[in-house]
Amino acid sequence: MAKVIEKVGQVEAEKEELISGSEAIAVACKLADVDVITAYPIRPYDTVMQYVAKLVSNGEMDCEYIVAESEHSQFEIVKHASAAGARVFCGSSGVGWMYAFEAITVTPALRIPMVAMVGNRALDDPGAFGVEHNDALAVRDLGWMLVWVDNAQEALDVALIAYRVAEDRRVFLPCAIACDGAFLTHSQSIVKVPPQSWVNKFLPPYDRGDLLLHPDNPITVAPQVNEDWLMELRKHNDEAMKRAQTVIREAYADHERIFGRAYGNPFFEEYMTEDAEVVLLGMGTLSMPVKVAIRQMRQQGIKVGFVRLRWFRPFPTGELQQTLSRFKGVGVIDRDYSFGSPYFSGVLANEIRAALYNAPARPPLLSFICGLGGREVTVPYVREMTDLVRRAAAGEKLETTYWIGIRQ
Amino acid sequence: MATRSVEVVYRGIFQKNLAKNICRGIVLAAVKQGKTGIAFGRYGDSPERNGIPAKNFAIVADNEEELQASMAQYEPKSVDISIVVDDTLCKGVESWAWYGLQPINKLTKPGGYVLVTTMLPFDDLLQMAHAKEYPYHLAVVRGLPSFSGLWVYKDDHTDVRILGAIARLMPDLISLEAVEAAVRQEWKHEHKVASARKSHERVETMTVRPGTGDPTKPFEFELPKWWEMREGVTIPGIVAGEAFPDPATGSVGGWRPARNPYFKKFSTRTMRPVVDFDTCIKCTLCWLQCPDSCFDVTPDGLYDVNMEACCGCGVCEAVCPVDDCITMVNESAFTDNGSQWAMWKANKETYKTWVKEQIQHVPDRSHGFRFRGQYEEQIRTMVSAGTGGPGGEEITERVVTDAGEASAGG
Repeated sequence: MAKVIEKVGQVEAEKEELISGSEAIAVACKLADVDVITAYPIRPYDTVMQYVAKLVSNGEMDCEYIVAESEHSQFEIVKHASAAGARVFCGSSGVGWMYAFEAITVTPALRIPMVAMVGNRALDDPGAFGVEHNDALAVRDLGWMLVWVDNAQEALDVALIAYRVAEDRRVFLPCAIACDGAFLTHSQSIVKVPPQSWVNKFLPPYDRGDLLLHPDNPITVAPQVNEDWLMELRKHNDEAMKRAQTVIREAYADHERIFGRAYGNPFFEEYMTEDAEVVLLGMGTLSMPVKVAIRQMRQQGIKVGFVRLRWFRPFPTGELQQTLSRFKGVGVIDRDYSFGSPYFSGVLANEIRAALYNAPARPPLLSFICGLGGREVTVPYVREMTDLVRRAAAGEKLETTYWIGIRQ
Repeated sequence: MATRSVEVVYRGIFQKNLAKNICRGIVLAAVKQGKTGIAFGRYGDSPERNGIPAKNFAIVADNEEELQASMAQYEPKSVDISIVVDDTLCKGVESWAWYGLQPINKLTKPGGYVLVTTMLPFDDLLQMAHAKEYPYHLAVVRGLPSFSGLWVYKDDHTDVRILGAIARLMPDLISLEAVEAAVRQEWKHEHKVASARKSHERVETMTVRPGTGDPTKPFEFELPKWWEMREGVTIPGIVAGEAFPDPATGSVGGWRPARNPYFKKFSTRTMRPVVDFDTCIKCTLCWLQCPDSCFDVTPDGLYDVNMEACCGCGVCEAVCPVDDCITMVNESAFTDNGSQWAMWKANKETYKTWVKEQIQHVPDRSHGFRFRGQYEEQIRTMVSAGTGGPGGEEITERVVTDAGEASAGG
């Protein structure tokens, strides 16, 4: 097998193209030979549907492309298509994603390996286009896998990985790929687009097996049940989510073997953490200004690193515990907010707090609310957050949550 | 007194408010005696569907703390009194999302009571009810099945008559004085108090010995472990039906649709169609119109009702163009679910006699009144049956406007 791929690799090579994060997802859909795609416009997700439409109309992609009359129908249509054995894709943003919520909720229990893109957008009101993570995070308890990417290349690669993981019979769970509105969805950068033959090696056909909705496999899907049945069905999904951790690792390893791009730990990226005393932690494109700031601070001798979480579900609890226990202070940057939550913090900060509760060492943790509604996370903000974490690490008693960049 | 539990088994739509009122009355009477209690319906039931067996419960305790042990439960594990407000329910209960046909006395404690409103003799009831391993009591309040139902409350005093009977059977649960006080408070009418008192005097009881009754073993199965269950909220579909052999000739033909073996729902039935195959003109209307696909097409082209699938709605009788071909008959006249066509094939003369005999058992009040004025006519029967003569009861009718209770399931 490996030899064949090597040979293929010699004949065919990746092509560099200047495309946006949304376009990268559309290209991944083409490479994954997705069968059914549903669309309903809302910014910033709509860029994906536009690129898919272009690929279809240019004859580059063969799929059922359905513009639904609402997000709810959009997600229902692909749910049913997936049950009937089709590889599917859809997506949305902000309140559009929320409008589809009933369909989104029922998808995991039916073990539908749907892949959806969430173009992260602030939830109305006020109407705003800018990035905020609360839309995607709303599915965190429902049985969706949830992954954040921070550049167009990763968007393409993770879209392929998402199909591989979701459609694995051990998993059969939907996967949402969260892409920051504007900074990723609307920004073009150089992306290596792999040849189709490599993708074919990586991504086997979707086989729904005994769950296939087909006259030859007579089954009833989603009958009403009473209290004697539901817990057992929830347990199925719990176990599938646990198994997904292994399947994600396998998929990244195989991706590296075939495509030659190494992502290291699939669940989170560590940047300059080896000798770091304190770290910042966040998701999505805020990694860019954070990394710039860290390099600047490093020149001044400040030992600060960054952990970029990719997979929010399944959450890499054990590995994060081990990693974060090494530092003297942790600052979690949330591009979201959880009103009335413990410590009046961000969603991510409280997840990290929970993960650290059983850790051998619990460093001081500060929650930073930053970049809401698409406000830029700037280098000075990152320095400000780092200073606070360092003060906390030095033993200073500080607030638990800070709003960074708010006018006051 | 320890905690006492009572269940009311009733027919959906037609008796929903009756069951609720009985359970309310029990709790209100208990409160009059300084006790406390709760009244609730079984949540898994779908009482807004015609005739479907459903349950309501009343639990009485000495104080709030004692009551807590019976709260936040779907149903009590056992009851002191099982009240049955339609005698055909004695054959068993299979309610929506439940687990096969369950005996009417399933929850009845040793030495407890099954209290039935009926015009039938004890022996007929005992033939219907499943046998138990321990003794219990059968009690009877004479009367036709009440129609004090969901949309219009045909107040025939069944509610207070049941309460009066309970006070007689189990005075430590509620006393007659407490019942009278509760009835006065809730119904504000002395005639209803009188009805409760008369029923208290006239309730009939007998002791049922272990092993007496229908010997059929109730449906049982073990709930699967989570890892034994199919994933994806899926269950195997029911495959298509098949042709079947004629018992007389052995020739295979016709069509018997496959049916759900776990959810048969025939306990919804209070009357069943009896078919005179000699007069059938094979018009197919019963087969086409049956909402539950009950009819098997026989190899000789007739239409045989599968009695495990029939809910007794009466549509087949209504659409049959032949006089006296399909006749709805009171369910209490039958003891099994056997095939009428097989009986007819075995001996046509015997079958003819059987049909003539069976159709005498006119259904009382199944799935709606059968003619205008039937209610008024039957009230007179009920008054004489229940009281032994013209009593003080005043029959009223009022529209139920409890919108919250009228919401459909699903």
